[in-house]
Parts: sequence; C-alpha cells; structure tokens
Amino acid sequence: MAVLNEEQEMLRDMAREWATNESPVTEFRKVRAAGEPQAYDTTAYATMAEMGWAGVIVPEEHGGSDFGFMSAGLVIEELGKTLTASPLVATTVAASAIILGGSDEQKAKWLPRLASGETVATLAVDEGAHHDPSVIETSVSDGKLSGKKAFVHEAHGADLFVVAAKDGLYLVEKGDGVTLTTRKLTDQRSHADIAFDGAAADKLAGGGESLLDDVLDRARVLTAAEMLGMAQQVFDTTLDYLKQRVQFNQVLATFQALQHRMADLFADLAQMRSAVEAGLQAVDGGFGVARAATIAKAEANRVLHTISNQGIQLHGGIGMTDEYDVGFYLKRARVLEAAWGSSSYLKDRFAKLGSY
Amino acid sequence: MATQLEPDVRADEDAFRTEVQQFLADHFPTELKNKGSALAGVDGPTNETPAQKAWREAVGERGWGTPTWPKQYGGGGLTKAQARIIEQEFAKAGAYNPIGGMGVMMFGPTLLEYGSEEQKNEHIPPICRGEIRWCQGYSEPNAGSDLANLQTFAEDKGDHYLVNGQKTWTSGGQWADKCFAIVRTDKSDKHKGISFMLIDMDAPGVEVRPITMISGTSPFCETFFTDVKVPKENLVGEEGQGWTIGKRLLQHERTNISGGGRLASMMGQSLGDIAKKYGTTDADGELADKVLRDKIADFEIRWNSFLLTARRAVEESKAQGGVSEISSVLKKVGTKLSQERSELLIEIRGLQGLGWEGKEFTDGELEAVRGWLFGKATTIYGGSTEIQNNIIAKRVLGMLDHQ
Repeated sequence: MAVLNEEQEMLRDMAREWATNESPVTEFRKVRAAGEPQAYDTTAYATMAEMGWAGVIVPEEHGGSDFGFMSAGLVIEELGKTLTASPLVATTVAASAIILGGSDEQKAKWLPRLASGETVATLAVDEGAHHDPSVIETSVSDGKLSGKKAFVHEAHGADLFVVAAKDGLYLVEKGDGVTLTTRKLTDQRSHADIAFDGAAADKLAGGGESLLDDVLDRARVLTAAEMLGMAQQVFDTTLDYLKQRVQFNQVLATFQALQHRMADLFADLAQMRSAVEAGLQAVDGGFGVARAATIAKAEANRVLHTISNQGIQLHGGIGMTDEYDVGFYLKRARVLEAAWGSSSYLKDRFAKLGSY
Repeated sequence: MATQLEPDVRADEDAFRTEVQQFLADHFPTELKNKGSALAGVDGPTNETPAQKAWREAVGERGWGTPTWPKQYGGGGLTKAQARIIEQEFAKAGAYNPIGGMGVMMFGPTLLEYGSEEQKNEHIPPICRGEIRWCQGYSEPNAGSDLANLQTFAEDKGDHYLVNGQKTWTSGGQWADKCFAIVRTDKSDKHKGISFMLIDMDAPGVEVRPITMISGTSPFCETFFTDVKVPKENLVGEEGQGWTIGKRLLQHERTNISGGGRLASMMGQSLGDIAKKYGTTDADGELADKVLRDKIADFEIRWNSFLLTARRAVEESKAQGGVSEISSVLKKVGTKLSQERSELLIEIRGLQGLGWEGKEFTDGELEAVRGWLFGKATTIYGGSTEIQNNIIAKRVLGMLDHQ
C-alpha cells in the first residue's frame, strides 16, 4: 500500500466501509437478478456521487474535489473488492477526457454534472472485439458523427459518450442517431454495440495529438485499480478458506504445496499493487504516464488472471458454484483484462515505448 | 509526500555535504575513479595497490565506511541522512566505499547487538578500518536449508572449546582472517544446543579448500576444523543462544542479497537495446523476432514492477517504523527475475552469448556467462526460495506450520 496522506486515508476508509456494509456482493446479485440493461443500482450510484466519488479527479471550480487519480483509484479499488456495479470508472474516464481536451464551455457544461452524478458518461473507442485504437473508421462531417462502436462499457446508463473518430475525440449525447444493441457478456454488466448515424457531435479540440492515448492511459490505470481490488479480495477470501477447510483431518493451510502457491500469489499481488499505484501516481505527477500506465495494466492483467484462476482451484468444487462469489470475480476479470489492452497489446506497446 | 526539512537541519546537511566533498578532494586518489574496491567483496584476493590502501585508511579513520555505527567502536556515529549524503557524494565523485565484506554487511551489526563490551571493542574497530576479513561458518554438508541440523561440535574444555567438524559454502574462506560460526555445544537439543562463536582462520587445525563452481570460479570453500582451540571469550552471547543470534544475522544477509538498488544497477541496459544489436530489425525499427520481442517486454514489465515493489517496501517500512510485510517477497522475486534476465540475455546473443573464454568474445559477453551460471546460487543461498516460501506462508500469511 502506497503511503497515503490524511485525506486519502479518510476517502479510502469511507469507501471501504460503504462497500463492505452497503454494497457487498449480495447487492451485485440483486442487480443481476433485476436484469435491467443498465446493470447497476441507480440509487446506489446517486449515493456514491453524493459522497463525492464521481468528482475525485474533477477540479474544484467544476464541482469536484481535485484529489487526483491515486485517490480515485483508492475508491475504485474498494468498490472492486465487492464487485460493486456502477458507472463510476466509465464516468471518471470520460471526465478525464473533458478535463484534458475540453474547452472552457465544455468543461463548465459537463464536469459539474458528471461530478454530481446527474450525468453518466462513457468512453467509446474500439470498433471490434479487441482493443485497437489504430483502427478507427468512425468519422465526422459537418458536426455529424457516424460509425460503429463495439462492446462499450456502461453504455445503457450513459447520457453522454466520448467517442473516438478518425480526427479526434467527440462528445455525443444520447438521443437521435444513437442506437444501442445490448451485448450480454459473462460479467453480467452493461455492454453494448453502438451505431452512430449522423449524431450531433461536439469536438474536444484541446489536448493535442496525444489526447486519445492520454485518455486511454487514464482508462488503463483506473481499470487496473478495479482489478487490484478484485485480486486482493480473491486472495483474501481464498486464504481464509484454506485456513478453515479440513481434509485428511487437517486444515488445508498446513499443506506445503498450498502454502507455496499462496506465497507465489502473495508475491504476484505485491507486484501488481506496486505497478497499479505507480500508474495512478504517474498520472497525478504528469511524468512517464504512458510507460507507467502500460506496466500497471499489464501487471493487473497478468496477476488477476492467475489469482482468479487459482481462486477457483483452491476453493475446489464449491468455487465452481454460482452460490459462491469467487466465480463472479473470474468472469469480471476476463472482461477487464480485454478492456483498453490485452496483455499482448500492452507488451507490444511497452516494446514500442522502449523503441524495440 | 516528502516532509519539508526544518531550515536548520537543511543547513547542517549542506555543511556536512561540503565536508564530504572536501574529504574526497583531499583523499580520493584520482587513479581509482570509477574502479571497484579490492577488499569489499569476497570474490578476490586482497592485494591492495598503495592508492587503494591509502583510500581505505582515509575512509576507515573517519569511520565513514560504516557511517551509522557508533563512534566509540570506530564507526562514523552519523545519522542515516548523513550516510546518504556520503553515498551520494562518493557516487558523484566515482569513489567506492573501501570498507565492506561480511564484517560490514552481516557480522558487525549482529555483534553490535549481541556482543559483550570487550568483544565489540576488539572486533568492531578493525571492521570499520577494513583491516579484517570475516567469513561465515554456517552451512554443513548435512545442514543446508535445514541449518539447525548442524553437527560441528564445540566441546567444553574449561578455559576453551575444542571444535571439530566441517563447514561448507564458506564464502571467501580462503581469504578470511576470522570466521563467525554457529556450532553445537549440546547434542540433546536441536535449536537450543547451538552457540555462536568466533574462530581464527589461522588457528592450528583449520583447513580450507576452495570449491570450484559451475561458473569456473571458487568463491566458496569447504572448511575443516580438527581439534581447533577456541578461547571461551570468543563465545558471543550465552551458550545455547546461537540459533537466535545466527538467525538475526541472516536477516542482514537477506537484506543485502535482495537490495533492489544494487540489482537495478546490475541491470542497467534495456534488453531491447541489446537485442537490436544482436538481431535484425524490421522496417519500423522493431525487433524482427516477434516472439523474442514479446518475451523481452514481458520480462521488463515484471522487472519494473519488482523495482517499484522494492521502492514501496522501503517507503512503507519508513512510514510504519518497522519492516514492511512485502519485504518478505523481495529476495525470492528479485533472484528469480535476475536469473530470467541472464537466460534471456543468452537467448538474445545465441551461441555468442555462451562463450567460456577467448578474444572473440567481449568482456561483457564472458561476464554474462559466468554471471548466468553463478546466479543459479542466488535462489539457493541466503535461505532458498523454498525456505522463503515457508517464511511467507507462516509469518506473513499466518498459514500453519506443516511440520
């Protein structure tokens, strides 16, 4: 755990307490059972926004607290532990795009609404099943945006889309020319393909040529923070289970084969936490962001992949049941691994950043 | 989140920095710039040049080779902040710390904690001056990972002990003046029968045979004790306290093996850059061998998160005023990654990366081969990876003892 300041500790403790008491995994089960396309509890999200969590990275003049990405990551990590379904990550990523690329008018119009929870927003970049920002066909002419986006996170709840077109990022509001097709994925959260057909689009003209990359790096570190919470939770739950499950007249935790596997996972988790926290801190520091964000997401992918699989294996048969929570983490893990860069994408990017 | 220093503290530190710079200007021989110490390691003989000797004596006299050790025993008596300033200024000037070896890294800190006043007065000052080389008498043929199974026996003969037995993997035994050893004084109790004592390597009955390793070097020895007389005043702590003292010393050893900073400096150049020299690149300037490129990136990402973890362990330990629990993974992860890097380097260089000797190979290539081979020891010594896993499971994760 990075060394935190007082504000950050308070924020983290508040998020931990709320997630544990008000949003345990049973709440996610309720969302799943309700079967609403937006796949989150709108009252719960309103409460989260009221506590200031949707405005952690938003400047104070626009209604946020301007605590930065490390702080936002702390909240997201705690929510990840209990698989809290919400558009918090998506909205925070969209807010970062407006902060980096928006005009004064765009910031004044949207940031207060995002920070207050009144407006939900999301980022739409990829046009196929793999993350690949180098192939974008979506285009804009005369302020009208047309194209197809695939597997957009939190699309159903979103009022505002930050859409990548050939010549940059655009803000598109829900409404005419925006058609959603639900894509039900294994994590039971909101995903949709979106057809934009001459939808009114407002360009984010600032932020320079690297705007899309910069926004994607922010999406990577925030997603990695959610994954960190998930990995930590699976590890903790599995360790507790090994300490109480008895076979051959002894608790499983006494078996050396399992002890050594847990020691390996503990080391992996330590690496993941270091990488994710460093990624969040790099964004706040504004230095070496591309590299740090790539390392953060790559390590999050590697370690959560392993831990989510081992979580099932070490629980044995009970881990295979729907009644038990550990399977939910596995299913959500794979969706997030694919988001904003699979391991192979990120390794390629890391090599490119190192000029080899 | 660095705390702002008080102005007077900062002024003191600036003054000390100037003092160190002046000392370097007065004493550091320019011919030694960017060269290593002849004495600091355990991997070479102790023939010093006059310049090396003068530099060792100058640093030793001030106690700056052991800056935070108490002044009364020959240390610098300085704060950690001042020690960092010495380190920084030495590095800037291309100067090395000539005071090193096991006496500094492991034995000294342990003796300061457990030794008697007489022992500290006798043994610490020569370590601070770099005059005495120490070696470690721990492992035995049947006591490796199960170290407490050691059998070397010290029989009580009234005013002295009579020591018989064999130690192995004695690092630098052939060059050492003295040995700190754990030996058995009581055969009835595995752990409580162990005592910690100091043995002169030139005492009658001590015989040392270097062991040639797969890397072709002989940094380790077998050490035989046959009726070696050890005076009673060379017992450290009480009889039977040797296991406790010996384990404390191992903590110092692990800290040194896994030190992220040292590993980082060992691994300066990007493997990607090296691979571009040895392999071909495509039109985009990327490595043409995409499988190798993927392996390199995969390794370097994990290596970076290890460095971040080592840094985090230091920050957490500082903030919480104790050893951070993630420190327990540094040895096992750091040594594994170092080995992986050596293997990748060979893959990158092909057979040119497996040279044993000859002018057709660069020094860097030859050193990498020896390093690759010797590096296999790092996951075995200082508590093997398997022992590290036991420690993590038991002490950090609270999993129950399997025995």
